Amino acid sequence: MHEVGYRRRAPMSGFVSRGFTGRNRGGDDRLPPGQYEERGFPVLTAGPTPDIQPAEWGFRIDGMVAEEQEWTWDEFHELEIEEIPCDIHCVTSWSKLGTSFGGVSVDLLLDRAEPLGAYAMAFSYGGYTTNLAIDDLTDGKAWVVTEHEGEPLEPAHGGPARLLVPHLYFWKSAKWVAGLRVMDHDEPGFWEANGYHNRGDPWKEERYWTD
Amino acid sequence: MEMEVSQRAPGRWQIATVTAVTEETPWVKSFRLALPMWMPFLPGQHLDVRLTAPDGYRAQRSYSIASSPLDEGEVELTIDRLREGEVSGYFHDVVIEGDEVEVRGPFSSYFVWRGEAPALLIGGGSGVVPLMAMMRHRRRTMPDIDMKLVYSARTAEEVIYAEELDGDVVVTLTRDAPAGWTGHRGRIDAGLIGGLAADARIVLICGSNGFVEAAASLAMEAGVDPRMIRTERFGPTGQP
Repeated sequence: MHEVGYRRRAPMSGFVSRGFTGRNRGGDDRLPPGQYEERGFPVLTAGPTPDIQPAEWGFRIDGMVAEEQEWTWDEFHELEIEEIPCDIHCVTSWSKLGTSFGGVSVDLLLDRAEPLGAYAMAFSYGGYTTNLAIDDLTDGKAWVVTEHEGEPLEPAHGGPARLLVPHLYFWKSAKWVAGLRVMDHDEPGFWEANGYHNRGDPWKEERYWTD
Repeated sequence: MEMEVSQRAPGRWQIATVTAVTEETPWVKSFRLALPMWMPFLPGQHLDVRLTAPDGYRAQRSYSIASSPLDEGEVELTIDRLREGEVSGYFHDVVIEGDEVEVRGPFSSYFVWRGEAPALLIGGGSGVVPLMAMMRHRRRTMPDIDMKLVYSARTAEEVIYAEELDGDVVVTLTRDAPAGWTGHRGRIDAGLIGGLAADARIVLICGSNGFVEAAASLAMEAGVDPRMIRTERFGPTGQP
């Protein structure tokens, strides 16, 4: 069960902000601690948006696997596409509730490659990386998505394809994803090396290294 | 005092005291905070601020530091009042000198300036805030090295830090310019960015998503390696 009660509990430190009553409180138990609901879809990216045409896009699984796999855009679209209703939570404290994506389950992709390690590094066009445990990528928890709310995923949001791991903070859902490298050890990705938490569970408020 | 030092960590919440409030524009205020567990930071880093209501309800946001890390024991946060902003509204309407606010940080070591030069900074609106930390730090540490700031604001009234902007700053006004305004007008374009970007070793861009996309494209057209362009996009502006 999620820690719904957190937001109502009196703070342990006893500190109260003078004159603060909280006018935006939604009372929505889908919001993890410290998050607020955002109805738009803000864009957060460390650099310029890369221009990747679907024809140039491919997805590969390599590293410690029984058999490396690679899909072109057309091959990828022959796989079973799922509709994924979800809430997404950005570490900068906005959450978008009740959105949806369309894509292929990472379970299906990893099954074909047969991972031999317990960790993976997602890598993207443009050089972005983020690390995930295989456990966070399997059992219906992660997808490679090409659609958002029924439309092709826009480049600013990671189009043509991004990873979607909605149970972790959204930086783990790598935009412009190009593949997964399976590893026998864990290693920090881009934001994880720049001060952000190694796993990033929003319900535990794992924002930064020391959380 | 060993104890105190060992407690310093960016992840630890601490209670800061507001030592000064400056009205920068009708919509923007700067808040100088004294931190009991101050830590050195890099220009460009941010703090998280958390507000707590009497019943335990909390709201949290990240704000860029505007001051130089040479101001030991203190940081300045410059806060743009967002429409219906729960936290920015609180800062603007309630917070006065002597108040306490809960903060932690500094965080994020990517959108930072570590002394690279020549540096081109491009800021839109309150995106100028982390860039001002870089300008201020460079002025006090290495005033001779090459750093330029292109700052796009809607009107002269909305220019933050107006009195501090010197010859290394190019301001462009995208809406109304006052009578006698001799500076640039209109949105950033190749004429404004191209030459400066061509000379730059690093380009740091902060603003709304649309602004950052435009500025990054101009820098790339001027031949800057995309890997040397660092961006920070703010704003739950509601724009998809």
